[in-house]
Amino acid sequence: MRLSGAEVTIERGGRRLFCDLTFEAGAGEALTVAGPNGAGKSSLLRAIAGLLPVAAGAIVLKGGDDERNIGEQAHYLGHADALKGALTARENLDFWAALLRGDDKASPAAGAAAPMSALAALDRLGLAHIAGFPVHVLSAGQKRRVALARLLVAYRPLWLLDEPTSALDAAARTALTQMMRAHLAGGGLIVAATHAPLGLDGRQLRLGAAEPDEP
Amino acid sequence: MNNPPGAVAALFLREWRIARRIGGGASTGAVFFLILIAILPFAIGPDLNLLARIGPAILWIAALLSTLLGLDRLFQGEEEDGSLDLMIHTRLPLEVVVLVKCAAHWTTGILPLIIVSPLFGLMLALEARALWLVALSLLAGTPALTMIGAIGASLTVSLRRGGLLMAVLVLPLTIPVLIFGVSAASAASGGAAPFLTPFLVLCALSLAAIAAAPFAAAAALRLARE
Repeated sequence: MRLSGAEVTIERGGRRLFCDLTFEAGAGEALTVAGPNGAGKSSLLRAIAGLLPVAAGAIVLKGGDDERNIGEQAHYLGHADALKGALTARENLDFWAALLRGDDKASPAAGAAAPMSALAALDRLGLAHIAGFPVHVLSAGQKRRVALARLLVAYRPLWLLDEPTSALDAAARTALTQMMRAHLAGGGLIVAATHAPLGLDGRQLRLGAAEPDEP
Repeated sequence: MNNPPGAVAALFLREWRIARRIGGGASTGAVFFLILIAILPFAIGPDLNLLARIGPAILWIAALLSTLLGLDRLFQGEEEDGSLDLMIHTRLPLEVVVLVKCAAHWTTGILPLIIVSPLFGLMLALEARALWLVALSLLAGTPALTMIGAIGASLTVSLRRGGLLMAVLVLPLTIPVLIFGVSAASAASGGAAPFLTPFLVLCALSLAAIAAAPFAAAAALRLARE
């Protein structure tokens, strides 16, 4: 499986964030996207997920399921945690597991971790004790960890992580690094936009500062 | 293949739970309905004949406004917490997601209102037969209101204060439903038409809305991503 972008240009609101960006990541590889605020890191992840149209160029995932687009083979972890405050952590995860889990034929390639139950995933992130609490009483870091547990309850080969470490404490960062290493070891791909080091080897993609539009 | 019924059930269950818990707003519609029906007789006066004649229309207008009340949050909450980004790429087509969310909204927010509407009809001095006709016409017509409202909700999904704009967009489209609904409901209390004809038109409007609106709403939601 191979994710590649060729001469990708992204515009938002008439402003060109970057142009002719070329990147590549193979199975088992992590691509870390770095750059100052406003450089287009989040937009790049959204474009890979198919949530934002590219102005030029193409992003393709080779070796995946041809009947699905990239977004359907990817976990997208954005700035928002996609959790409902009125539901418990476990109910949130059970819901996403039911919706995101693929069919059996597309599920884990050999060596990849099988999807976990919601409780096991919460336990992995050290949250087993709050599984029954409504999410709106949790702290920002705990919510983030519940959102990260979502990556474990359904298998998708490509992880698109936007600032995955935000609000996380040291223990949770370690758990996240282990999670990502296990995913890569199983032949998965990770594209992560981050300011903090993630503890992963792999390629680096540096986006420059957006050039100010000269009048 | 995979197991879409499981995903549909999971989505429906989630909507149901959110609506039933504190702050979910399942009861907002029914309470608003009650308030409207309770204060109108005070405004109109204690003329029972007049109340009985316009009762079906009052019940229908109250049902229409209660339906719109909860609908503006149908997709806005999903947009704000990022769930919508994920829902676009699940094993369920977005059209099915829209349909299931509408079904959950209808059963949690509108169905209770229909069930209690004969009771509210008593407060408007409706006769026994009219009570049932109103409830029956609401049962047939409110799915169309929900589905049309879903189009408005998805068009205004990214607007922070989209509720009023949504009502402005949606209200003109609901006029046919209102006309046939009231005409079916008031058949018992000396309406212009017999019951069956407007009732069947009402059913047709609902079926057409259920068939077409998910596509329109899903298209609007996809556009809002960009």
